[in-house]
Amino acid sequence: MTSPAFKQNAHDALGDKQLQQALGNVRAGFIDKRAQAADRLPEFEALRDSARDIKDHVLAHLDLYLERYETKVRESGGQVHFARTAQEACATIVDICKAQGARTVTKGKSMVSEEIGLNAAIEAAGMEAIETDLGEYIIQLRHEAPSHIIAPAVHLTKEQVESDFRRLHKHLPEDRDLSQAEALLGEARMVLRKRFLEADVGITGANFLVAETGTSIIVTNEGNGDLTQTLPRVHIVIASIEKIVPTLEDAAQILRVLGRSATGQDMSVYTTLSTGPRRSDDVDGPQAYHVVLVDNGRSAMLGTEFEEMLRCIRCGACMNHCPVYHAVGGHAYGWVYPGPMGAVLSPSLLGVDKAGHLPNASTFCGRCESVCPARIPLPKLMRHWREREYERHLAPATYRYGLGLWAFFARRPWLYKLATGVAMPVLSFFGRKKGRFARLPLASGWTDHRDMPAPQGKTFQTQWRERGGRTR
Amino acid sequence: MPHTVRPRVGLFVTCLVDLFRPSIGFAAVKLLEDAGCEVIVPAQTCCGQPAFNSGDRVDARALAEQAMDAFAGCDYIVAPSGSCGGMMAKHYPELFADDPNLAGRAQTFAGKCHELVSFLTDVLGVTKVNAAFPREVTYHDSCSGLRELNVARQPRKLLGSVEGLQLTEMKECDVCCGFGGAFAVKYGEISDAIVSKKIENVCASGAPVLLAGDLGCLMNMAGKLSRDGREIEVRHVAEVLAGFTHEPPIGAPKEGEA
Repeated sequence: MTSPAFKQNAHDALGDKQLQQALGNVRAGFIDKRAQAADRLPEFEALRDSARDIKDHVLAHLDLYLERYETKVRESGGQVHFARTAQEACATIVDICKAQGARTVTKGKSMVSEEIGLNAAIEAAGMEAIETDLGEYIIQLRHEAPSHIIAPAVHLTKEQVESDFRRLHKHLPEDRDLSQAEALLGEARMVLRKRFLEADVGITGANFLVAETGTSIIVTNEGNGDLTQTLPRVHIVIASIEKIVPTLEDAAQILRVLGRSATGQDMSVYTTLSTGPRRSDDVDGPQAYHVVLVDNGRSAMLGTEFEEMLRCIRCGACMNHCPVYHAVGGHAYGWVYPGPMGAVLSPSLLGVDKAGHLPNASTFCGRCESVCPARIPLPKLMRHWREREYERHLAPATYRYGLGLWAFFARRPWLYKLATGVAMPVLSFFGRKKGRFARLPLASGWTDHRDMPAPQGKTFQTQWRERGGRTR
Repeated sequence: MPHTVRPRVGLFVTCLVDLFRPSIGFAAVKLLEDAGCEVIVPAQTCCGQPAFNSGDRVDARALAEQAMDAFAGCDYIVAPSGSCGGMMAKHYPELFADDPNLAGRAQTFAGKCHELVSFLTDVLGVTKVNAAFPREVTYHDSCSGLRELNVARQPRKLLGSVEGLQLTEMKECDVCCGFGGAFAVKYGEISDAIVSKKIENVCASGAPVLLAGDLGCLMNMAGKLSRDGREIEVRHVAEVLAGFTHEPPIGAPKEGEA
């Protein structure tokens, strides 16, 4: 977790040429596709309202739906484990794996498993965890964290992936052509096939947990989730508590905005529903089915000004449209969740004392909110974090003094008039030759990067009074 | 003219225009008067947005109350900025939502607040302006105006009526310029990266003039353009609509000083 070093991280990211090249793909790859998918569906905006309302309803009755979900899972032969913290969640999963005598654990992509540090816990217990989503597989090879919630390796170019495969896949002949993305996918697939068959336990996340049926739903584009959950003896679903929806109908509604918002697909390639372990007449499926429901700070968000964040369906549209994310990428945010959704969620889960930079590092351009399928008012929630930070005197002292000084003048119109009436003509005089300043005392944050245009001269209000304009 | 009685419009100049570029304020006055408004400019300072966005609710509320007092008695409050306009029209009610004494007042006040260009077209029904500017221009959509107040087609429509003006759209005209108020200073390096991409798009449009509706964004883009030695004129859209293009562009030397 390097969120407190956000500024340094951002500095490093801006100087990283390969990263900057890869980030170009985010800008090019997601935005137009989402816009086209949304335009193709006349009811898209109404579906966003619906997604918001379904989630709000669930959050208002979360206890009820969690209990109903648990009952339904048990009825279908599965087990539900509640975990208050990351540690409890990891311990629960490790215990299940150990009880199975597991050696190899395959994993579908799951952000909450990144949040709780599951791979490290599994490995510390002497088992091997293998990521099977292509992006996750790549970053696992590189011992990196995901830089995007749906495209974990988006910070890499395909040349970097090729060189990692050549370094670590010892079986690769030198003349094998890996210059195309498809070839890389084929290579990863071949390696992973064997691992799927070896696995004792398969762990997947969940996009939805359906209370009326006890079903968990995942969407993937590679089908790795299906192999992860059907081949091993045990399937463990790990999900955070706010993934619950009341009915299959509700899940179907939200699915219609999920794929479109995420990748511009009408639907992801695979939408997989699983309910309990294999039944006697099923041709395949796991012998045991467990669900680990993770709280890890979420229930503390309920009833607060941050509750709306729990509507998030993890589509990634906010970061795909964020100019700050485009500039620095996901790793700069220093923890599992980057971009605007991370700027709100990370302080909730880590504490604003650690993740305070994140909600501050936003221009409030509002593009995230304008594309969020659950209509989460992300800038407003980031502003709430700034309020908490300000109340706790966590904002940098120089910034607080500067703001305080400005407010002191702004709250005293006569003083403001006096001071600006003198200052602006002086500043204008010094800037008249060039019309701008390349350097200004106390303004290096601005002038290090761009000129400061000089003021024209007397303030508008001075001139207005001189011309006899009406003030009342 | 839809109004028989002249509407009484309070001009919220905005601090940046008041301090750095009064010509935008005078352009706004001309446009409003041409459209049949009676314009008053009460003594004013700041709408409170810097405090609001910094988490300082106490100062934000005090400044909002100050502005509501100063502009009491106006039929409309109009700002040559979508950012300050959005603060007053969208965020004042939020600021006083939990204050039963002021919530209603903030709501009513917010309903009277408008960004200048959209006020001209959407409220006053202005369809053309009396100005000439025989240049090719490109237009940047400032974020608050665009996303909080839906200002996008209005400036384009009125620019279309300026004699000789040709509007060439840049790529990603609706993407942030990286200003973001205090963000530009607190995260100067990131802001710089964002504005660098922005001016690439500005320059790629081929237009020699850049317009926008918010002075903060304009100062940021003008400052970057001049730092990079790019010779592009930067002006506020109101100045062009009012025909006030005799002033040197933003960040350019005064006449006779160059």
